[in-house]
Order: sequence, then C-alpha cells, then structure tokens
Amino acid sequence: MTAPLLAPLLEARALTMRFGGVTALDALDLVVHEHEILGLLGPNGSGKTTFFNVVTGLYAASGGQVLLDGAEITRHSPQAVYRAGVTRTFQRSRLSLPLTVFDNVAIGQTQHMNPGLVFNLLQRRALRRQVDETIEQVHALLQTFSAGMAAKLWQPAGTLSMIDRRRVEVCRALVSNPRLVLLDEPSAGMTHDETRELMDDILLVRSRLSPFTIVIIEHEMGVIQRITQRCAVLNYGKKIAEGSFDDITRDPEVQLAYLGQDVAEGAQA
Amino acid sequence: MATAFAYLWALLHAESQWAVGGLLLLAVLVMFGLRRLRWGEPLGATASASPRVLGVGCALGVLALAAAFHNVHFALLLVCTVLLYAVVCLGLNIQFGYAGVVNFAGAAFFGVGSYTAATLATHTALPHALVLLAGGAVAAAIGSLLIWPVLRTRGHYAALVTIAFGILFKSFLEVNDTLGGPQGLRIPGLNLFGWKLGDGFELAGIEISFYANYVLLSLVLCLAAFVFVRRIERSWIGLAMDMIRTDEVAAAVFGVGIARWKVLAFTFGNFLAGLAGAVYGMMTGYVAPNNFTFADSLILVSILILGGIGNPWGILPAATIVLILPEKFQFIQEYRFLLYALLVIFILLFRPDGLLPRTVRDYFPGRAPKDAA
Repeated sequence: MTAPLLAPLLEARALTMRFGGVTALDALDLVVHEHEILGLLGPNGSGKTTFFNVVTGLYAASGGQVLLDGAEITRHSPQAVYRAGVTRTFQRSRLSLPLTVFDNVAIGQTQHMNPGLVFNLLQRRALRRQVDETIEQVHALLQTFSAGMAAKLWQPAGTLSMIDRRRVEVCRALVSNPRLVLLDEPSAGMTHDETRELMDDILLVRSRLSPFTIVIIEHEMGVIQRITQRCAVLNYGKKIAEGSFDDITRDPEVQLAYLGQDVAEGAQA
Repeated sequence: MATAFAYLWALLHAESQWAVGGLLLLAVLVMFGLRRLRWGEPLGATASASPRVLGVGCALGVLALAAAFHNVHFALLLVCTVLLYAVVCLGLNIQFGYAGVVNFAGAAFFGVGSYTAATLATHTALPHALVLLAGGAVAAAIGSLLIWPVLRTRGHYAALVTIAFGILFKSFLEVNDTLGGPQGLRIPGLNLFGWKLGDGFELAGIEISFYANYVLLSLVLCLAAFVFVRRIERSWIGLAMDMIRTDEVAAAVFGVGIARWKVLAFTFGNFLAGLAGAVYGMMTGYVAPNNFTFADSLILVSILILGGIGNPWGILPAATIVLILPEKFQFIQEYRFLLYALLVIFILLFRPDGLLPRTVRDYFPGRAPKDAA
C-alpha cells in the first residue's frame, strides 16, 4: 500500500476555466500532497492540460482558486508560479531548436541568473563564474540522465532525437530543483522502451535530488500503474474518480468515460 | 581580409561603369571559386577562433581606406555612411535577431536622432558629446512608448505598428514648420571637446578631408556598438532574448520576463539608431524628412537579412554591398529598390540565413567546452 500522505502541496478549489461557451474545467477540486506522484487521467479533451496551463499561469482561471503550500497563486503570472517552485514539460515538445542543449536546460535556472545589465555587460569575470557554475550543474544533471546526453551539451537541440529532446525538456524542468513538477504526457511520440527509460531516469534523479512532487498526465497505463501512488480521473473538466490505480480502473464511471456506454454496461451486467 | 579592403579601395576608386562592372564580376567569380575550392572553411574557422584579430583587422582596413582616400570627400562619406548604417543595423540586430521584436521604423529612429541633434545643437549650448547621447536617448524614449502597442500585438500586427510609426514620423516632419517642414534643418558641425570635426586639416603638408574625422568617430562608434551587441548576445540577457524569440510560452513558464526583455531590446536598438542618426545629421550638415522614409527602413532591414540575422559579423559586408554598389552603379540608381527587393527574395530563397549565418550560441569563445574534455 502507499505511504501515508503528507500535507497538501497543491490545491485546486472549485477551479473553473471557460473558453467562450466551452467549460474546460468545471469546479474542479483536487489535492496533491507533498512528495506524492499523482497520475492525472481522462479521455482527450477532459481538461488535463488545461489544468496544467491554469496552474502555471498561462491561462487566467475563470473562477475558483489554486493554492500552493496554502498560499494563493490563482491568476499569478507564469513567472511568479515558476519562482514559487512549479515547473512543467509540454505535451508537444517546446524546445528552442537553434539553441544548444545547454541553453535549453539552463533557462530552467532563470532564478539563479543575475539579470542585471551591469553584471551581464561589464562584470564579465563574475558572469563567467556564474556561467561555469551553471554548465557544471547542467552537465551533472544530464550525466545522471545518460552519459550520452552530457556529451551533447553544445549541440543544437534541433539535432537531437525525439527521446533526447524529451530528456532535455525534463532536465529543464528539474534543474531548478523544483517543489512540484507537472509532466504533460512524457510518453507522447516515444516507443514503449524509451518511455520506460525516461521514467526510470526521472525516478533516479528524484531519488538523488529531492523527493519532489509530480503530477503526470499519461495515457500509457503501464507507466501510471508503475510510478503513481494515486490517480485522479477527469471527464468534461470534472473529477469523476480518485484513488489508487486499481481503485480507479474498477470504477464504473471511469470505464464509462474511457470505453463508452455499451462496454461499460456490459461490464456491469 | 587585406584583399577585401584592397578590393573595396579599387571599387571606391573606380570611375567608369565598366570598371565597376568588371570588379563586381571579379568578386562574384572569386566568391564562387572560394566555394568550389572550399577555401572559405579554414578562413571561417580562423575567424571564429580569433574574433579579436578579425575585429582589429576590420578596423585597420577602414583606417587604411580612410588614409587612401584622405582628400576624396565622396568616398569618405560613403565609408562613414556604411559605418553608421552598420551601427543602426547592430541595433536592429538586437531587436530582430535576438528578442524577435520587429522594427520596420529603423530609419525613423535614425531620424529622431538627427532631428534631436539638430534642435539641440542649434538652440542650446549643450556640449556636442551630450547632444549625440541625447539623440540616442530621445530615440530610445520614443521607442519605449511605441513598444507598448507592439507588445500587445503579434506577428504582422507588430510590424504594422512600426511601419505606421515610420510613415507618421515622416509626415509629421513635413507639416511641422518649427522643425523646418519639408526643407529640413541645418546643423552645425560636430565639436567634440574642442575637436572640430567639421573642419578639414593639414597633416605633414597633406590636405585631409573633414570626413576623415567622421570616419574615425563612426569607426569608434561602430566598434563600441559591436562589442556591446556581442556582450549582450553572450550573456544571460542574450539567452533570455533568444528564448523569447524562439518560444515565448516556454520562456514565460521558466521565469523569463517577456515584456522586460522586449522593451530593453527595443530601447537598446533604438538608442543605437538615434546615436548613429545624430552623428550622421551633424556630418551631412542638414536633416530633411526625405532621408528618413519607410524605404530607408527597408534598406536597413535588407542589410540585416543579407548579412545574416543575428550575426553582427554579417552586417559590415552587407552594409557595404547594399550602400556602395548602387552609388557606384549610377545607372541602376533608379532601379535600386527593385534591386533590393530582388536581393531580399534571392537571399530568402537561396540563402535564408544570409551571407554569414549566425553560429550556435556560445558564452565565452575560445575555451574548451565541457564535452571536449
């Protein structure tokens, strides 16, 4: 069984997001506990990615609240949410392809970069120290992922394979040592084995770095079963089930949402 | 390198159309030959390994040109124009090349600098060094007002905002009689700390054109602007700007302040444009609205595209080609805009990254990267 749950880290209260006439999130209540790995499930268009976008400040919620560690972060800017310790990956890879692997990962460390004009333009020695530190750090993180990745530090991200791009994206989310990581379908576009490898790497970094909290959107049930402690299922922007993986797969409403009317009725009969 | 400047000397010297045509053909053939024989690659490698040598070489080349043409007004004026346009393009490079903020009003900001210099130098006793800075500062200030509508729009709309500003600026000058209307204003020559740049002088019995002074000043400005742009690129600021250009959403999610860097890029770029404009105005002695049209802004953008967006090295050769060739080829004068249009189309079709495409970002060149160990 799962370990006892700790204090809530992220909390959505009656969170609502409307786009014109479409309600993507409908009074959603969801709690993510500290150090937990929560799977977020649901059919296409059920509001999973919208939830991530609202939490990270890309969309301004139409109603309700988002709390991080008890403090309200509803409608905060993406930058403010990042500074509060929340990072994410994207369903469709969002790397800057002309930039190097180092640049793409290093941007995850924005909060440790001195943005001052004088510092950047005139104090080149100090800047060089900071750049070298960041290189060291990014290199170490990539090394943890795979030795091959670390050797590609100065390659443009556009020259990488799909799995390596995913790795870079995950590294970018992890390099700042965040409290909460939101993974949006990390398996998209990858083979079964590649996904497995990526998940192992993430868990390895987590065991070495700090037991950061993860919310993961995933359609590949093997991944969900293996790594999550708890799952929540969304449909039409509402939470329809919550519990361990086994609990939710037995839930008739979940079966209905995923498999359709007839099959679900057949299963119940 | 030396060959390039010797060639430039010959080009500036050539009087007849046939000589110019022959030289042009020669350049094309040499370029083609270099590519076939792959001589360009070791050259490029040396250049990127020792940027300082290249920079000093360029500066010396310009000085050599100035010395060779020490009493030819027109050639020196052209050299100055190329250097000052290069300064503007270095500014545009920060806007287009790094932060991805479009600006089709480069010439208007250049003009703001010129007019500011004209007004201040005529009506106040401000030291001219401050007048130049004020030219840049006013251009930057006006730009920072314009950036707000630019920030709220995207893609074509942002371009339209700047185009509209450029056209409005010219119309405003034409109807404004206090600023001289369509006739423009006269400006006194530049006087920097007692050094009167507007006066020619004699050196060891040789008469030297006053434009030589301006070549020196423009060269210093151009070098300073180059170092400035390079340092911006190779810093966290450059990283933030590149991130914003390539993926604004991802940049925001990782804490990069989008508005802050866009405003800053726009301000820096316009400052450089205004500064160059102030020097240009004081060099030519008068400013008129017709020097700052939308077409001139397009010339600036085509220099940037020809050189390779994002690579400051490309700007100087591109500015040379775009500005000097039409002057030398008198008969294409009337078709120059047709030519620019063709040039941009061909570049976009066959060499979309420009003559000297931007290389992969780096911070401190010349050191062994981590993976080389």
